[in-house]
Amino acid sequence: MIELVSAERCTGCNICVSVCPTNVFDAAPKGVAGGLPAIARGQDCQTCFMCELYCPEDALYVAPEADQPVLVDEPTLVRAGLMGGYRAAIGWTRDTAARRRIDSTFRLIKGF
Amino acid sequence: MSVTATYPTAALDLDTDVLVLGGGPAGTWAALSAARAGARVVLADKGFCGTSGATAPSGTGVWYVPPDAERRQAAYLSRDALGGHLADRRWSMRVLELTHASIELLAERGYPFPHDDRGAPAHGSLQGPEYMRLMRKLVKGAGVRVLDHSPALELLVDGDGAAAGARGVRRQRGDDWVVRAGAVVIATGGCAFLSRALGCNVLTGDGLLMAAELGAAFSGMEFSNAYAISPAFASVTKTLLYKWATFTEPGGEPIPGAASQGGRSVIARWLAKGPVYAQLDKAEPSLRESMREAQPNFFVPFDRVGIDPFTQRFPVTLRLEGTVRGTGGLRIVGDDCATTVPGLFAAGDAATRELICGGFTGGGSHNAAWAISSGQWAGAGAADHGRRVRAGAGTTRVAAAAGTVALREGRAAAFSPEAVIRQVQDEVFPFETNYFRSGDKLGDSLGRLDGLWASLRTADAASRDEAVRAREAAAMTAVARWMYRSALARTETRGMHRREDHPQADPAQLHHVLSGGLDEVWTTPSSPLTRPQAELAA
Repeated sequence: MIELVSAERCTGCNICVSVCPTNVFDAAPKGVAGGLPAIARGQDCQTCFMCELYCPEDALYVAPEADQPVLVDEPTLVRAGLMGGYRAAIGWTRDTAARRRIDSTFRLIKGF
Repeated sequence: MSVTATYPTAALDLDTDVLVLGGGPAGTWAALSAARAGARVVLADKGFCGTSGATAPSGTGVWYVPPDAERRQAAYLSRDALGGHLADRRWSMRVLELTHASIELLAERGYPFPHDDRGAPAHGSLQGPEYMRLMRKLVKGAGVRVLDHSPALELLVDGDGAAAGARGVRRQRGDDWVVRAGAVVIATGGCAFLSRALGCNVLTGDGLLMAAELGAAFSGMEFSNAYAISPAFASVTKTLLYKWATFTEPGGEPIPGAASQGGRSVIARWLAKGPVYAQLDKAEPSLRESMREAQPNFFVPFDRVGIDPFTQRFPVTLRLEGTVRGTGGLRIVGDDCATTVPGLFAAGDAATRELICGGFTGGGSHNAAWAISSGQWAGAGAADHGRRVRAGAGTTRVAAAAGTVALREGRAAAFSPEAVIRQVQDEVFPFETNYFRSGDKLGDSLGRLDGLWASLRTADAASRDEAVRAREAAAMTAVARWMYRSALARTETRGMHRREDHPQADPAQLHHVLSGGLDEVWTTPSSPLTRPQAELAA
């Protein structure tokens, strides 16, 4: 479930608020410097990782535990390369765009 | 055309030819197709068109077969056998044809298909985030008005009983919407009962309930007990890579017969007794990088908790995917994906997929092809119908709100959605009721679900804040009742529907089980399917 909106990285753009299919976030307050979206309905998170993929700042972290909240520590996540790691893996960062064309499903399924 | 309204006015009030409910693959293809036919189109998604639904966070194979008569016949027959011979050859061929053409269109519009080892484009799979981001772009580019975070609560019905639009809320604005439409496409997906299967928690059967409130019928609701493997702690219900897994009991001994394909029921029987573990130890090191490239999301949970799934065991579970990977849904009565209600069309997982896979889906590829195809047929059908209805200028069209439970005044206090959701989950999650079915247990469960529905029926309307959740709870209750009533009616084992008390297929039940109804749920067999001898011989 979604566990972290990084105060250090978040610019308050509210893209996550728009793209979350289960409406987990409340928007960052307008006109407040450093305002962040709030995880207002964390229990509705379906652990689909879409907010992370759409976050241009890699400011979000969705823990893989789907059924209950867990504690996370931002510096540890950053050190482990987990913040933004999934977005990079699918080629949605500038440096990794070539990966968008990599899909070796054809090697795993007969008849492709 | 003037419209007499018998519903409250809304903050956003629109008039259109076609209203599409749902913004996943089926809904976006429907919207594109309707717009291409010249219709004015509004698409309302409960969440966000582009991330909502089972496909966006996942990725899927596609039932993509080049135009080669022999290969297509083989593709049809292979699934037909698994599905208990309930598929239809003509529908299978038209789905294969349109899917093939549509994938070519996606390539033209910029989907980044990879190349295979011979340098040819590989069109057999789609990565969910890329696919649905592109579909949103195409829909917007076609001039479709997209309403995000706008769950529909109920359909509107005209004086002749035809679908005339819908009404819902804009949950991020705290107000409501009404769209009066000449035709409506239900593309709201199946029902996975909030099991947290990947991307499935928006799929609570809402569209099925709304359609039933207009009298729509269903088909194949007994094919609703799909369970997917996931790590016990995680949501990622992608099962392909478990082909390379060994499943073990807590002591580390392999479980005889346990497998992702053809041995999933063994896993269910062991899970009923205790933990089951998996390890992808059958994957050669040379294949592992390909697995990561093919399914990056499969590895996200493992990377985050520090498990190497190739060399370490991890606990697994089975999450219910209900009718999402089952095949039951709204009954289709025309090539344009018309339902039994005039003006109401169905596409994707909200519709029955028996036409192409009978009683069994093992993977997303058929559902993906069905969403692409049925979406386009439903969109075109709705465009044609909607424009004809609206061309009847000068006539007065009544549009009344058709919703029932949680929307109208009752004789008792409003119900707690969370409590109802738990009660329904207690009936549909357990393997001993839903996976391994028997008349006794289905009957007992159905009795409790019927009682639950009766209590919802007398309850007061939900508050504005709880209306969406309350309608989800009502929809889940209704879907569970169509499922179990249909499962009781099919006194045999066919496709994914297994009856412990009727373990064999019964040749006399080569028919679809049709169902419907709200206060009184009914089922009836379709006329027997006839199959050409040539097909049976093959």
